[in-house]
Amino acid sequence: MSNTSDIKKPYPIIGLEVHVQLKTKTKAFCRCENKYGGNPNSRICPVCMGMPGMLPVFNRQVLHDSILAGHALNCKIARVTKFDRKNYMYPDLPKGYQISQYDKPICYEGYLTIENDDGTTKNIRITRAHMEEDAGKLIHLEDGTNNSYVDYNRCGAPLLETVSEPDITSPDEAVKYLKTLKEIFQYIGISDCNMEEGSLRCDANISMMIPQADGTEVNTPIAEIKNMNSFSNVKKALEYEMIRQVEEYEKTGEVNNGTNKTTRGYDDSKGVTVFQRSKEGESDYRYFPEPDLPHLEVSDEVIEQQRERLPELPAPKRKRFVSQYGITEYDALTLSASLALANYFEDVCKTTKYYKKASNVVLTDICAILNAENITIEEFSIPADHVADLVNQMGDGKISSWIGKDVFAKMMATGKTASTIVAEENLAQMDNDDEMENICRGVIEANPKSVEDYHKGKDNALKFLMGQVMKQTKGKANPVKATELLKGMLG
Amino acid sequence: MSTQLTYKEFLSRVKSGELSLPEYYQGLKSKIETEDKEINSLLSVNNKLDEMAAAAQERYKDGTNRELEGIAVAAKDNIAVEGLPNTCASKLLENFIPPYQATVAQRLSDAGAIFVGKANMDEFAMGSTTETSAFGATKNPVNKDYVPGGSSGGSAAAVAAGFVPAALGTDTGGSVRQPASFCGIVGYKPTYGLLSRWGVTAFGSSLDQVGTLTTNCEDAALLTSKMMGLDEKDSTSSSRVPENIKDFKAIDIKGKKFGVIRETLENEHTDEAVRAAMQKKIEDLKAVGAIVEMTSIEEITYGVSTYYIIAPAEASSNLARYDGVRYGLQVPRVADEDVKDRFTKTRSQGFGDEVKRRIILGNFVLSSGYYDAYYKKAQKARIVLADRFVQEFNKYDYLITPTSPVLPFKLGENFDDPLKLYTADLCTIPVNLAGLPAVSIPAGIDGVSGLPVGMQLIGKRFDDGLLLGAGEFILGETK
Repeated sequence: MSNTSDIKKPYPIIGLEVHVQLKTKTKAFCRCENKYGGNPNSRICPVCMGMPGMLPVFNRQVLHDSILAGHALNCKIARVTKFDRKNYMYPDLPKGYQISQYDKPICYEGYLTIENDDGTTKNIRITRAHMEEDAGKLIHLEDGTNNSYVDYNRCGAPLLETVSEPDITSPDEAVKYLKTLKEIFQYIGISDCNMEEGSLRCDANISMMIPQADGTEVNTPIAEIKNMNSFSNVKKALEYEMIRQVEEYEKTGEVNNGTNKTTRGYDDSKGVTVFQRSKEGESDYRYFPEPDLPHLEVSDEVIEQQRERLPELPAPKRKRFVSQYGITEYDALTLSASLALANYFEDVCKTTKYYKKASNVVLTDICAILNAENITIEEFSIPADHVADLVNQMGDGKISSWIGKDVFAKMMATGKTASTIVAEENLAQMDNDDEMENICRGVIEANPKSVEDYHKGKDNALKFLMGQVMKQTKGKANPVKATELLKGMLG
Repeated sequence: MSTQLTYKEFLSRVKSGELSLPEYYQGLKSKIETEDKEINSLLSVNNKLDEMAAAAQERYKDGTNRELEGIAVAAKDNIAVEGLPNTCASKLLENFIPPYQATVAQRLSDAGAIFVGKANMDEFAMGSTTETSAFGATKNPVNKDYVPGGSSGGSAAAVAAGFVPAALGTDTGGSVRQPASFCGIVGYKPTYGLLSRWGVTAFGSSLDQVGTLTTNCEDAALLTSKMMGLDEKDSTSSSRVPENIKDFKAIDIKGKKFGVIRETLENEHTDEAVRAAMQKKIEDLKAVGAIVEMTSIEEITYGVSTYYIIAPAEASSNLARYDGVRYGLQVPRVADEDVKDRFTKTRSQGFGDEVKRRIILGNFVLSSGYYDAYYKKAQKARIVLADRFVQEFNKYDYLITPTSPVLPFKLGENFDDPLKLYTADLCTIPVNLAGLPAVSIPAGIDGVSGLPVGMQLIGKRFDDGLLLGAGEFILGETK
């Protein structure tokens, strides 16, 4: 390939399969607690252990959460859906089959809008999203016995698998897609989407389009990449695979013929993908309809109920925050990162019109406390209208921002409102011109060196003098007024 | 017919004090001890019978006796009963005691019934002779050179031998009705969904139903009335209450319309002895005023092939759980063995040939490339067949077939000819495919061999009580 310089560069086509664990109270087909961790095999029962004669009973919450996700992904919702058995034997799969959905997934034909860094957007089509159950976890202890152990706590936990069309054309776009999907699922509250805990898992199907000198393109065999346990690994694995597939094509000339798909695992330590099996080596899952569960008829009512549950999603919310509250894109992004925080901010804005100040208080003062105490906004003790009161005190010029921080700290400590604290402690800004003039004059007289510096054009001199005024007024001086007074007196 | 008391007679004698439960259970135990060595109908006997009998007697004394207080019943060894093994007659589950009790067993216990023991069966209910049991074949009490039928052969033999008045079995393609026929007793398979399958080891989940083996239809109705009703643990169970189950009466069949399915009588597989017994029985029905006509369901001839796709397909999946990891047989571990080797070893040693045969068959019909040609086509055939039954029931109240087209086999006679055995299920299988209720009642004894013949009565979905009512009438009126 010597003449590639004058033709287009090879580009990938990528489709993603994302499993998220739904955070329902109980498992998908039994009433064991659905929770991460715990002592191995402490959250199991005869049903999720697949003992003889045990039968699955479907948890309707799984259906509801999946429909909600379907709405968020602009999917069609199936009116009749069913479960199928995916048969394969592995020690972490007690029944020897996984209850999944084969040909009638609950959600289908949707799309997810991703936003590129330049502000443009792109829709990635969603093929389907279906419900299934998780398997247990194999544990290999270095205990000298050469034994493997199985923890079945996760077994039977509900999963939603979202499959995209191969609309993704770069590793960066793949990561964008994942981040957007994660944000949405967290936003609608159906999953923690924690990759480390395995509540979000991703496999990628990738092949390369290689432009030819004659204007045609060839498509390399598809590789399904597994074991990518972070977003950065997804990016690295896809970048590696792009190069590998082009090199492989140059060596062998093999193109995608519909049957030569391979499965490869990402090796984090070496930064490479490793061949696992070809399609022929894949197990035949022998899907057939799950006879233990009747077909599910999904009523319009259920579909509408879930549509009502759907909150405004992060992307449109950000746009609205910028236009409605006049705050920066960056602040809008941070505020909308969690639905609860965004709601709190909007609650504050109900009783104040100083939106920017409100945003500052929420993002700096309140978030600092949330971080320091490791709590969520739901656990934060000050009601939104009290915060609005504080914002109004500052916005109306009754107190300075500097005093505002003090008042906020006192609100935290005492639970009193900002108005009460300002009144009780006489913290309102000094508006008496005579008193202000006296203080300013005193400061100028006491600091001749600074006055001299000021006249030499040193900026810091005025700031120093202002600091002295503030010190003497205990921060109550109106800074704008004080600056004007000082400048006038200094000439 | 056995001279055993019906449950109602039994209960009234216990109530009146004529019959003492501890003595009754003593007798029952010693009869089993002496006679079951040869018959081998029970794989385990409850070792708490004395205490349970005493406790039940106590309840009669203090007036807290429940509706079925003290009645004896046996359960097939694939129905989980508290404290008893649940081997499914397989080496794979030889030492398995389930930490739960099947809903049907729970409901009977709650009504006061006492489980005497667990009955032998074909391994995982796969077979029609009880010869595929890993713990030895069961003999037919009618003639011990013959098989009791299967797969609920142990249950049928225990009732026919007079060890227990009734036993629970499971019926996926005839496994309650055919052994009832072979042992000369009553075998009833309810409408699919009437009884919970929870705690009943699955074979073909869309076909399996618990059924009863009794000496009369009244006892079948009594047990069923206690076991039925919606079970939240089984999503395929129904809350429907069939007519004439709770306040059961025999139903006069005068003027009722019966259709005899021609294809089950007139074919190359049906013994002349069976045909003759059926003809006589049909005349008996006419004599008491029933309207009996010949009718035709041609599709029934596809029943066996349809069933032997669907049932093994479901079985191959249902039996995948027996891998030796969590419970059941664990073969000794060899160094450097991978997990696949262990699965293979466990299953090779744990399962018998018939079970393996069906697992292989099931995996084959579900494999990609064959699914459409087999499984999918079989599902379609199943729907067509079920529709044909619905059409026939527009014309008839009940349909009639022989239960088995052949007389009981000699022990060992057909053990190596699975296809012949499969074909012998041609009358019972279509009923499971259509989810209908059916009962096998004795239809006479073949004069030459002295072996019993059974007649199968099939009813509409959830007409279980009317079906058993007709059965009871026929038993009483046409001896």
